[in-house]
Parts: sequence; structure tokens; C-alpha cells
Amino acid sequence: MAKAKKESSSAVADPACAPEWSDLLRQMIFIRRFEEATEREFRKGKIGGYLHVYIGQEAVASGIISALDDDDIVFCGYRDHAQALALGSDPGKVMAELFGKGAGISRGKGGSMHLFDAEHGLYGGYGIVGGHLTLAAGAAYALRYQGTDRIAVCYFGDGAMNIGSFHEALNMAGLWGHQGMCPIIFIIENNGYAMGTSVERHSALTDLSARVRAYDIPTEKVDGQDIFAVRGVADRVVRQVRETGKPYCIEAVTYRFSGHGAADLLQPYRAKEEVEKHRQRDPITILRNRLSEVCGLSDEDVKAMDDWATAEAAKAVKFAEEAPLAEPHELFEDVVAEHGPRPVRESEHE
Amino acid sequence: MSEKSYRDAIRDAMMEEMDRDPNVLIMGEDIGVYEGTFRITAGMLKKYGPKRVIDTPIAEAGMAGTAVGMAMLGLRPIVEMMTMNFAIVAADQILNHAAKVRYFSGGQVDVPMVIRGPQGAGVQLSAQHSQSFESFYAHFPGIHVVAPGTPADAKGMLKTAIRGKDPVIFLESAALYGMKGEVPDDPDFTVPFGKSRVAREGKDVTIVSYSRMMQLSLSVAEKLAKDENIECEVIDLRTLRPLDMEPVYASVARTHRAVVVQEQWKPFGAAAEIAASITEACFDDLDAPVYRVTGEDVPMPYARNLELLATPHEEHIVRGVKKVMYAHG
Repeated sequence: MAKAKKESSSAVADPACAPEWSDLLRQMIFIRRFEEATEREFRKGKIGGYLHVYIGQEAVASGIISALDDDDIVFCGYRDHAQALALGSDPGKVMAELFGKGAGISRGKGGSMHLFDAEHGLYGGYGIVGGHLTLAAGAAYALRYQGTDRIAVCYFGDGAMNIGSFHEALNMAGLWGHQGMCPIIFIIENNGYAMGTSVERHSALTDLSARVRAYDIPTEKVDGQDIFAVRGVADRVVRQVRETGKPYCIEAVTYRFSGHGAADLLQPYRAKEEVEKHRQRDPITILRNRLSEVCGLSDEDVKAMDDWATAEAAKAVKFAEEAPLAEPHELFEDVVAEHGPRPVRESEHE
Repeated sequence: MSEKSYRDAIRDAMMEEMDRDPNVLIMGEDIGVYEGTFRITAGMLKKYGPKRVIDTPIAEAGMAGTAVGMAMLGLRPIVEMMTMNFAIVAADQILNHAAKVRYFSGGQVDVPMVIRGPQGAGVQLSAQHSQSFESFYAHFPGIHVVAPGTPADAKGMLKTAIRGKDPVIFLESAALYGMKGEVPDDPDFTVPFGKSRVAREGKDVTIVSYSRMMQLSLSVAEKLAKDENIECEVIDLRTLRPLDMEPVYASVARTHRAVVVQEQWKPFGAAAEIAASITEACFDDLDAPVYRVTGEDVPMPYARNLELLATPHEEHIVRGVKKVMYAHG
């Protein structure tokens, strides 16, 4: 899927009607259909391990990533399918990764939690909550050290804010920002829950942005269900971070409609009514309604997008299904790049 | 060749590589303005400036994790741990991230980074500052584990580490920092990983070791040759991962007896892996069970007399050699 193109919105009369917004709507519908397909395939037993889908949070991935340049880079936690798709990763390869096939985006060695596509700027989904924040801060330092104006974006959930590496990463980013050496945007995807533990139960101070300001990193909160709001903040912040080399944090207040993972069926930590209430603020519906009201987007237009998205998701599943298994020799590849004999004698696989 | 201390060999390696490649940088606690707890980094801030010699907060996970990110983007960071004991704080960054990202990305990134610092006992630093970590790290695929025992190896292997494509745990023996030895002057002198070395030839017993215990084994070998007419072959493993056992097997095929010497605790230690490998490969050659000389299985005590009791000394190695020769008694 092509990355939604960043365009100058001043070129059209009503900026909300720039073609980019319908591209973003199409992208978000596609992410939704793709994630629904992964849930179905998981239940069929085609996808193993853990599966964390992004349903309900689409505006946070699409709104931020569409504001980036092609050579900017993104780090995520394990809820990473949407970021890969928004960055332009091949959906077939992403699905093949979930199916554990050699044609997967990480050659079948990462799975859902470790999508990786350096060519499109995705420097990994990571499975240890909060562990990747330090990596992203170091990567941002490297981008500046090399004299580029590229920036790094680091997604993480509210649940990542209580682990040591969060604090160490933000403190170092704050310090390096004083020298203009840390062009990074931290994105708190505040979906209200650290797995099944609500913000009130996991964070002594529930104003998450305030905790970031303690590291001298400016922060602002945005409605993560409204892509106009997300993108508006992102455009300004991306420009600022690129210019100054200083970190910035955006707290996107959002909600995941699905369970924490595909196995989280009962969801005893939240009431059905609460989920239902949040479903009324579906980011796709919000964007769609706006485009209908202001720009005359028709139901047929939306149906065409949806049909395309459904077909593309089905194509990805088909590609994944038909792709061959990972070759046994892959087992021993990419452990390390070089140097001599391996410590344990290899088995018959090779 | 020049005579250099182990400490200076390490500093020379880093500075020569920083001169050679602008992507090499170093970070750590008090390595710049303070010039390093063990003065390994003395003079470096002045020469290279704060962008390349980064004084960090006391935040080992932050240091190691940012180094992973830098390495993924093409830099070659060196992280100085004030002691390797503190690196446990960064275990997630090292073992879950540095060691894994090449694999789970399907080989999309190199992670050229070095985590180096001193380890080991001997100067009354007690339980939290005297440990040895080679088996801890060597258990994990995805990293290299290096334990040089001479100034030349310290320099040559650190250069290999810095020039490589993978994360390297570079374990320095704090007790060897002042030791001097001949070091080649060639700025491109490197020592490859995964090449064990016969440090002393002998026909009677094979002693396998690395780092400071290899030096101790050498002096025991000299004494046994002189006093008891026992000729020990001493093999310096140099790297624990990759582990090059072929010279050990070749030696045991001649001597039929092996002693493994390590400073760390006996259970699940490096010597256990080495002894098991010898047994697997050389069972028919062995005339005695492989013997392990190790530290005592206790947290390191502070009191000098107790600390001496807790660590291996020459007499322990002598006892091991005689044991496998059935010569004690």
C-alpha cells in the first residue's frame, strides 16, 4: 500500500478537502480491515504467538506518520501493524510475517511483535514494554550526529511509562536536546490501559504529560480519535523537532476497541458499556463524517474505499497463505554477522 | 612493538579507532570531565569533544539502549560500564535488544557496539562489585563475549570489536590494568574472535583458561615445570563466544588430562561448558575426569582474609593438575 502522501494543504480552497484526507481515510479503513483479517486468521490458527491489533487507534498511526518525511524513522512497541502499513510496508509481507512465513517482512523471525522494515523507516516493533524508548533516543542522536535533518518517532503506550527505561530514555533525550542532539517525537498512545490495568491503577500521577515535562521535554495532549487534531499537532511538532533537534512528546488520548491481545476475550477489567461508549468515537467515522459534511464525500465513495480495503486485506491473506514456509537454514542466519565458530555445534539442519 | 600496560592498550585501541572512523564514539559515567574511574578514558574528552565522548547520567539501561539505537543507525558506540557489575541494570537492553534485533528483523540491521568495563575480584570491593559475568553473557546467542588476558589481546580484540558488526561484551580484568606486555604498533593490528591460543606448550596436562586466570595458570605452569617436572599446556580461550575449542581438543588428545580455571562461581559457569565440551569431544582420550578450579560459591566478602579464601590461587590450580595426574596425596 502506498504511503499517504504529504501534500501542501494550501493548494486547495478548503484544506480539509485536500485529496490527502481521503487518502488517509482509505488508509485507516484498510488498517481496520487488515486487523480484522488478522483476528480471523488468528482464530483459524493461521497466526501463532501473540496478536495485538490496533482497532480504534488508527488515527494515531496515520495522523503522525503522514506528517513525516520519507527518510524519517519510527520505533514502536508490539502493537505495530498499523505503523508498518502507514509507512508503506507491503501488506502481503506484513501478513506473511504474522503467518510465520519466510517471505515475511522480518523473514518470519519476528512475528507480530517484531515487524521491521528499515527500507520504509520502520526500525522495529519491540516486545519488552518500554524497552525500545532508549533505542529510539539513541537513533535520534545518531541522525543528528550524522548531520542529517531526519527525525525519529517513538510510539509507546501509557503502560510503558512506569518502567525504568522510560525514565532513562526521556532524561537522556532531555539532556541531549539541550545540545540540539535529539530530534525525537515521543508518542504516548494513551489508550487507558496497561494491558488490563487502568491508568488510575498504574500511574500515581494520572496526568501523563506532566510526567514527561519533568524531563524538560515539552508535551501536549491531543484527541487521538480525531485525525485532524493529531495531524495538526504533528505537522507543527515535526517541523519544530526537525529544526531544533530537541525532543517533544505528544500524548494521544485514544482507546482500543479490541482486547489487549487476541486471547483477551473476557476483558474483566472494563465494562462492555465503556467499550460501547468509546466505539461511538470511532476515528474512521469521525474522519468520514467530516469529509461527507464538508467535502461532499459520498457513501459510494466510502463503499469503494471499503471494497478496495477488504480486497487488499484478502490479497494479503492469500499471499501469506500461499507463501512457502521459512527455509530450515534460516534458523541459523542473522544470529550474528561475523566471527568464527558458533559455540554450540549445529544440528542436522544445516 | 612497544611495551604497554593493559590499560593503555585499551585506551590506544579506542583512540586509534576514533581517529580512524568518525562514527566511533564513547559514552559512560564520568568518562569525560572526570576522566574515568580507572582512567581508561583520560584525555579523550579534550581530544574528541563532548559529542564523541559523552558523559551520561548514572543510567546503564539508558547508556546501553541508546547505544543500540545509535548502532542500528550506523554509528559505532563504545559504552564504558564503570564496572560490569552495573551492567546488570542494562540486562534488558543488552540481552533482549542488542542481542536480538538482528535476528528478529531478519538481518536488516547491524548492531556494531561494544560494552566494555572491568570485572572480577581482588581489591576488597565486596559482594556487589567483584563479580564475573562471562558465562552470564556467553549463554546468549547474538553477542560476542571477549575476555583478553594480555595487553596485546586487549588492544587487538577491542579493535576487532569496534570494527565489527555485532554487539560485543568486552570483559576487562580490573586486576590486569597495570600489567605490561609487548603490543604491536601497527594501527591495523587486530586479533580475530574465535581463535584460541596456545599460551604455553606442554605434554602432561592441558590447562584451559582466559583473562587473569590464564595469567595465573601460566605462572603455575612455570613453577610445576621447574619444581615437579610437570609440563602443562596452557590454552587461552580469549573469547567465550565464539568459543574455539579445537585447540583444546587437539591438546587433550596429546595430554589426556584437562583442568579448567575460572574466577567465577562453579555452578553453571564457563568451566562447566568447557568441561562438558571436552568430555563430548574427547571422551576416549581422557585419562581422568576434567577438573574445574573456580571461586568459592559465596557472595564476595569484604574482609581481606575471607576474600582470599573465596578466589582461586596458584595452589588451587596446582591441586587440580595433580588431581588429574593422580599425583596428589
